[in-house]
Amino acid sequence: MKNFIDVHGAEMVFSTKKGRFHALRDIHLTVGKGEFVTLIGHSGCGKSTLLNLIAGLLLPTAGALLCDNREIAAPGPERAVVFQNHSLLPWLTCFENVHLAVERVFGARESRAQLRQRTQAALELVGMGHALAKRPHEISGGMKQRVGIARALAMEPKVLLMDEPFGALDALTRAHLQDELLKIVARTRSTVVMVTHDVDEAVLLSDRIVMMTNGPAATIGEVLAVDLERPRNRMDLAEDARYVHYRKEVLDFLYTRHGHHAVAA
Amino acid sequence: MVSAVFHSPLEAAAEARAAAREASGKPANPASVPVPAAVERAEPVAAPAAAAARVDWSGWALRLLAPLAGIALLVAVWALLTMRGSSFPTPAATFEEAVKVFSDPFYRKGPNDQGIGWNILFSLQRVAVGFGMAAAVGIPLGFLIGRFTVLDRMVAPLISLLRPVSPLAWLPIGLLVFQAANPAAIWTIFICSIWPMIINTAVGVQRVPDDYMNVARVLNLSEWKIITRILLPAVLPYMLTGVRLSVGTAWLVIVAAEMLTGGVGIGFWVWDEWNNLNVTHILIAIFVIGTVGLLLEWMLIGVARRFSYDNA
Repeated sequence: MKNFIDVHGAEMVFSTKKGRFHALRDIHLTVGKGEFVTLIGHSGCGKSTLLNLIAGLLLPTAGALLCDNREIAAPGPERAVVFQNHSLLPWLTCFENVHLAVERVFGARESRAQLRQRTQAALELVGMGHALAKRPHEISGGMKQRVGIARALAMEPKVLLMDEPFGALDALTRAHLQDELLKIVARTRSTVVMVTHDVDEAVLLSDRIVMMTNGPAATIGEVLAVDLERPRNRMDLAEDARYVHYRKEVLDFLYTRHGHHAVAA
Repeated sequence: MVSAVFHSPLEAAAEARAAAREASGKPANPASVPVPAAVERAEPVAAPAAAAARVDWSGWALRLLAPLAGIALLVAVWALLTMRGSSFPTPAATFEEAVKVFSDPFYRKGPNDQGIGWNILFSLQRVAVGFGMAAAVGIPLGFLIGRFTVLDRMVAPLISLLRPVSPLAWLPIGLLVFQAANPAAIWTIFICSIWPMIINTAVGVQRVPDDYMNVARVLNLSEWKIITRILLPAVLPYMLTGVRLSVGTAWLVIVAAEMLTGGVGIGFWVWDEWNNLNVTHILIAIFVIGTVGLLLEWMLIGVARRFSYDNA
């Protein structure tokens, strides 16, 4: 597998009003083309910061990040982000929200009809073909997140970056969207980097799980390769010995070896 | 500059919704947020489902009778105070005179004696010109100030210094520069009504959520798209609050300015009638000024509702 994203010795220090905050140190990570990698860790461990570095929304204070052998210096449509809180523009319909992205990426090359078709196809891919004319406040949280994913997928990005995309959803909706995501990723062969704090989600979706130590100055503690064949089915996996084993590995890292001192329960 | 936001009821409702959204991490149901009474005062108290079929008399009473009772009380007190006879006209006399004034609102008997309709229209025209120019300058300026911190820091002290200046202090400057009464009055409106629009627009731009700007960065949108698709819609509610405050200010200022500059206009009319010692007409003018101000306010609340994406 070709290295596609290469994080090399990245370090992130924020200068805040209270002084310098050392968020990340010495991060080395490579993601291959078509790979699904999740970043997991306790809250405040800097997993979102790492994702934002890959997105280019933040620039590292030291080290380098490459995407397809080019340095990441700014955000760009080839690294699409699905935000935790969907970040749809409330004054645009679902169609217009996705179209805004499609227009930017393909507008110079394709006709209007093609752009519209792309937008529609992206929304249908996430099962939102029925709500093209709805505005974000008229649809449920899960539907909003679907549209957010459609917006990211419609750009045909080289990498899909997802920042706890299902974090704000109820358990049933979340499971449903995870299954959908598995199908979509299988179909589009996308490279995905996803931040999560949900152990089951990480094991179910990932090829590799990147486990991060606690902040400040967090770094990558361990990387766990999840060797489960695809397509994966959550019902079958629930009793699969390997699944249970991987799950235990992650739990062991998070709670036994890097238990969050601030979290009592 | 942030300290200078003017909170309108509409804006407060939007903010409450935003806060609720942040707290729950999910979009709040707008209906679950208490709406400020000032805007939705007309809404009747929620009637129980069983009573839905019946006419909601208590709601009607509150909506219609209470305001009428307020007005009746004012007129009653006024009538009581003027009963003994004084230089102050009674309500009945004022009403009779008002009927006379409004029966022929558009007469012209020379430059200083024209109907009340003309006076209102001339005043509105000055307000429209002065306010229009203020909007044309103030809104783009507010956008620039909101978008560029350097500019904000540069003009913040100037705005703080100039904003509290009384309208009448600007009038001599206008007279000096324009050498004429009418442009001076328009200038006064311009300078007094520009501040709320600058400040609210700038604050609106500064408060555009980071999420939206991150979307713009990830999509790599052009500056034009950022302005038309993200900034403008996000800032519109703030901007309209500024516009509403500005129109209110402009209507306040015009009366004072016209008293000093003369010509045809409702302010001049008040002053002229004072010189004639026609107190009845002054009272009529006060009602007219209040009513026109109220109508302007209603009109702009209507516009603000139309463009608020929460109810769209």
